[in-house]
Amino acid sequence: MIPDLKTLIEAVAATISAHAEELTALDSAIGDADHGLNMKRGFDAVLAEIGNITAKPLPEALRAVGMALVMKVGGASGPLYGTLFMSLGKELPADPALPDMAKALKSAIAAVKQRGKADFGNKTMLDVLGPVSDLLANGKASLAGIRAKAKASAEATIPMKAIRGRASFLGERSIGHMDPGARSSELMIEAICDVVEERV
Amino acid sequence: MTDRVGIVILSHSPDVARGTADMVRQMVGCDVPLSFCGGNPDGGLGTSVEKILKAIDEAWSDKGVAILVDLGGAETNSEMAIEMLDPDRQARVVVCNAPIVEGAVMAATEAWGGASLEDVRRTAEELSPP
Repeated sequence: MIPDLKTLIEAVAATISAHAEELTALDSAIGDADHGLNMKRGFDAVLAEIGNITAKPLPEALRAVGMALVMKVGGASGPLYGTLFMSLGKELPADPALPDMAKALKSAIAAVKQRGKADFGNKTMLDVLGPVSDLLANGKASLAGIRAKAKASAEATIPMKAIRGRASFLGERSIGHMDPGARSSELMIEAICDVVEERV
Repeated sequence: MTDRVGIVILSHSPDVARGTADMVRQMVGCDVPLSFCGGNPDGGLGTSVEKILKAIDEAWSDKGVAILVDLGGAETNSEMAIEMLDPDRQARVVVCNAPIVEGAVMAATEAWGGASLEDVRRTAEELSPP
């Protein structure tokens, strides 16, 4: 049921790369205009090691993805996404079933909250990851449902006022723009759905 | 020279980091272990965990190391770097919530006088409004 890790990583890397300019444009509205470039650099580093990474068992492989992002992204999103992947690696068994994934995602999100000292509703990646995680946890989510939740959740960051991250410097002026981290999380979730869908 | 707390200066800009370190050296001298880093792994604006780990090592003192940072990502990346240190070093590295230039000069001045890591941090953080 679980597609191979290489396909998943390549799909996530490809969507980040294809949307790098869009992510950077979103970040230039409310941040420091580097989110797309940074994420692309991080996933390029992951792809450069893809053979080594996917030769490992799933938990170690996810930790290696996280470590590459931490080392190569060069912005706050490095430790944040790095923590997400490293925590997933820490929580998941080598051959996870859906309930394992829902549980691991919940723990990984808690780790990201701690790393970023952020909470839901702060206009961050958490505002996409949180609702999607809740949907996974109820165990009945369809792929279409997950995709729709990710998209709607990213859009829901538009009217939010930023509380954490660079955008919080703008206060009220951060309202009206989609959070770049929320968008990159949405893109990754959609890419994973695409891969799973082709396999079903 | 490990009887004084070390100082790491970390900016998104390599030029700001270097310039701040120049000011510290001129105003405080070279007796305080000091290192600086800035820029993302490609050399553009940003910060890099790898460079931070190297800078902590360069400024290492058994009395500890205080890191002065500029903006958000520098703090997050510093905290990540600290977690990746050997466990016995982790407790002896702090990130100061202080303006980078003034904070670095004040922290280095305090460190030069032999202050503890906690006192160095407190002195730098007195520059930040509560």
